[in-house]
Amino acid sequence: MGGQGIILASDIIVETALASGYDVKKTDTKGMARRGGSVVSHVRIARQVWSPLIKAGEVDILLALEKLEAARWAHYLRPGGITIVNNQALPPLSVILGYDQYPSDKEITDILKRRTDHVYFVDGARRAKELGNIRTLNIFMLGCASLFAPFKVHIWKESISQRLPPRIRQININAFDKGRKEIQGIHLKEGSSKI
Amino acid sequence: MIKLLSGNEALALGAYHAGVRVATAYPGTPSTEILESLACYDDIHAEWSTNEKVAMEVALGASYAGARALVSMKQVGLNVASDPFMSASTTGVNGGLVVVSVDDPGIHSSQNEQDNRHYAKFAKVPMLEPSDSQEAYELVQYAFDISERFDTPVLVRLTTRIAHSKSVVKVAGSRSVPIHQPDFQPDVPKYVMLPVYARLRRPLMEERLTKLFSYTETFPFNRIMRGESRLGVVTSGVACQYAREVFPQASFLKLGMTYPLPQNLLRRFAAQVDRVIVIEELDPFLQENIQAMGIKVTGKEFIPRLGELTPDIIEEGCRSAGLLPKSSPRQVEPAPELPSRPPLLCAGCPYTGLFYVLSSIGQRAKLVKSKVKVTKKSKLIITGDIGCYTLATYPPLVAMDTCACMGAGIGQALGMEKAGVSNKVVAVIGDSTFLHSGITGLVNAVYNKGQITLIILDNHTTAMTGHQDHPGTGISAQGKETKAVELEQLVQGIGVSDVKVVDGFNLKALRASVRNSLNSPELSVIIVRGDCPVLVPTRAKPLVVDTEKCDQCSTCLLLGCPAIQTDDGQTYIDTALCVGDACNLCQQLCPQQAIGPQPEITA
Repeated sequence: MGGQGIILASDIIVETALASGYDVKKTDTKGMARRGGSVVSHVRIARQVWSPLIKAGEVDILLALEKLEAARWAHYLRPGGITIVNNQALPPLSVILGYDQYPSDKEITDILKRRTDHVYFVDGARRAKELGNIRTLNIFMLGCASLFAPFKVHIWKESISQRLPPRIRQININAFDKGRKEIQGIHLKEGSSKI
Repeated sequence: MIKLLSGNEALALGAYHAGVRVATAYPGTPSTEILESLACYDDIHAEWSTNEKVAMEVALGASYAGARALVSMKQVGLNVASDPFMSASTTGVNGGLVVVSVDDPGIHSSQNEQDNRHYAKFAKVPMLEPSDSQEAYELVQYAFDISERFDTPVLVRLTTRIAHSKSVVKVAGSRSVPIHQPDFQPDVPKYVMLPVYARLRRPLMEERLTKLFSYTETFPFNRIMRGESRLGVVTSGVACQYAREVFPQASFLKLGMTYPLPQNLLRRFAAQVDRVIVIEELDPFLQENIQAMGIKVTGKEFIPRLGELTPDIIEEGCRSAGLLPKSSPRQVEPAPELPSRPPLLCAGCPYTGLFYVLSSIGQRAKLVKSKVKVTKKSKLIITGDIGCYTLATYPPLVAMDTCACMGAGIGQALGMEKAGVSNKVVAVIGDSTFLHSGITGLVNAVYNKGQITLIILDNHTTAMTGHQDHPGTGISAQGKETKAVELEQLVQGIGVSDVKVVDGFNLKALRASVRNSLNSPELSVIIVRGDCPVLVPTRAKPLVVDTEKCDQCSTCLLLGCPAIQTDDGQTYIDTALCVGDACNLCQQLCPQQAIGPQPEITA
């Protein structure tokens, strides 16, 4: 959702990928998104990238900072792809006003499981608050995703540090580490699952 | 040097490296970042102009004086700038003049979808289209050279996906400035477009076009990429990238100069392959121009002519045309019926109160069993305009009836009144929009004896596009202090005597002034003022709902504030979103007085 720091997060992914020797393109759908609309970033990493847009059914990693948005983009996942979802609901106004219904957890899980079994729900908002600042949610989620990406941890951390002012660097590095540990804790051996 | 740049950033850097001296623009998604990037350089003049027409004229003046100038805008901005743009094509230039148009296929954030490639042919000027950030960086530099060599403005055309995608760019280390000192040389037959002189320029325009038709044949960014001869694809812009992924084996004619088109190169290409298709976004601009040369091509028969293209859409179209094998359905349908998430007025927006008042006076939404229902009445006609405030169109506020283009609301209000409608008519417009093209509408309304009510929403910024400065803020694009337009005095100078200034966060005052204006036979202006909470973040005490006093009447939900939410029927305020008691509209509204600042927790 707009305002959660998705564009910064995807910027960090592309810079990490570039520093790791890949070609990379990314595109953001923004515009009015800061006003609480949906924001999505497509990031493509390869030896050579043409299209900035990912084709439906070809997303390797779907990183969602909100549950409804995860369901909205589920159909873009590659069968068997990985999805990491921040277990937070931010209902749109239509739901609050009673015009629409927010999908239940079961409905959301079903939508995701139609594409893949690799579905990880994480309590990102709670972890970020535990660290002291809800705004570290986006970097926490990057930490979660980092286990499935072929980039070294120190390069991730360099990209994060370069992008943030000194006074919030450490708390965000902590958030990254916490995200990594969170997924590691969910029965995954480090390094065993790569793209 | 390697950099990761968006198309806009790369274009700006390319222009800077090419020696641009004057850059002008009015903010407009998806083009805004071009001027924002150029404003970072102290050694050039980069300005927010009042509107795109003025921006084009300033750039034109700089060009006449011998300086390289660039003006950038979104697609509809070129409509505003089209008068000086067409004249610039007639007079020609002196220092290179580059006009950047960033179109918005798919209407991510615009009022319409239009293909500005037609402007190049209409104005008889050459057009370059980058297909990624690297080309944006390089092509803008070519554009300045072409402009000076052929005495013509040059249109550089991007789309949202190029402007807002980041990719790897190899850039030069530094800027190379043209050697001559800017200096205006009088040349009346060139610059003064009296009919006698304009008639002299016309054949020169045609000669220039003939020379460009020859130049484009060997333009380095018009390239044949040989692959299999079964299929030849002609393409430009971001569509190139998608096409390469859909047809990795095909032969390609990739176009970087898309007006004029290289006839001979196209014929050669067509002769090399069995079949030629055109993959382009929006109108069949390339296709029709190629067909006019007598070359057989297809494209829009199976590629959509509206909306943004994606690799999926292109694949689907090509499959239906038999160009790709029919594959087994991949089941990539989106999940059905998920609630949409439209953008909203922020929590703490200084305009929410005003629109709530208009909505309630106009009886446009009501509570039925504590649920907000839109009434579809129109006790009040509210003609609107472009900015954050356009979002007041959505429920629960539903407080806008029209939005056509910049400044249109004022003229439309007068038009409704003169047509003889029985309802009262109110026009709403933002401060930046008003300075852009509302002043002329207000002058017109006064001059032509209108009785409308005009509400100018003044949050002292151009918010929707990212909080840029404008002539009312007193700060320039490059951060210098300057004179600020005084809206009250301006409005009075136009001849309006009934001018009121109201605090956006005072519901009582808002309601009183709106009622007053609606009942007055005179044309009246209300200026609603307040700080934008994104620009001026406050750390005030968050508001909370006292669940003992709250009877779930849902009146506060009528504000449409994103901080006000419900959980299991109980209304509550999200303290992460609430800006605190700097805005206390909900508190003012609550019939039970159940909303107030968070009580102190005594240890």
